[in-house]
Amino acid sequence: MTRVSVQTDAFDAGAELNAFTVRAAGAGAVVSFSGLVRDVDGGLRHMEIEHYPGMTGRAIEEMVETAIDRFALTEAMVIHRHGRLAPGESIMMVATAAPHRADAFAAAEYLMDYLKSRAPFWKKEVTDRGEAWVESKDADEDALSRW
Amino acid sequence: MDVLYFAWVRERIGLPKERIETRARTVAELVEELRAKEERYAAAFADVSALRVAIDQELAEFDAPIEGAREVAFFPPMTGG
Repeated sequence: MTRVSVQTDAFDAGAELNAFTVRAAGAGAVVSFSGLVRDVDGGLRHMEIEHYPGMTGRAIEEMVETAIDRFALTEAMVIHRHGRLAPGESIMMVATAAPHRADAFAAAEYLMDYLKSRAPFWKKEVTDRGEAWVESKDADEDALSRW
Repeated sequence: MDVLYFAWVRERIGLPKERIETRARTVAELVEELRAKEERYAAAFADVSALRVAIDQELAEFDAPIEGAREVAFFPPMTGG
């Protein structure tokens, strides 16, 4: 019913979505989201994502369990990469399945909001000008209050 | 207990993990002990409002008790997704 993967390897978002849709057969609604490495100011060489191995998997599994209960999901999936990623690569993917689309959309947003601020990942951007840790935004923390 | 550091906290202190014998009763007391160790710790812990803490791999507050904890981790606000 759930798939949570924290991995360094690239993944095929299309293949993952197809397999998810097969598992979700009968659900009525499937929503998916993919996050990509984005070169905001130009000159991004790559992104490095650090995580807390002892905590990450369980923290995400707890978010997914909460989402399943809260939005009556029939299936949920989170894939999140760490390590070195090039611009344009997929960082992560969320998929949700529910009887109705409103719940599937809401659950995907819920998972995205929690992954951003409560899953122990830290992004560093390595650019032509040097390297810098990505700072969290107040808006990301504020986004949690709507849930 | 094991004390872990991630992201810029790890870089500022210069190591990812260390074993610390402490009599601190709370996270805040542990932070005071660490600050007193060396300048690099004082720099990393200069502003704890910029930090988050996990006790035994669960997010916690700085006034939380750490008695019996096996692992305390310090890191900046998370930037996943």
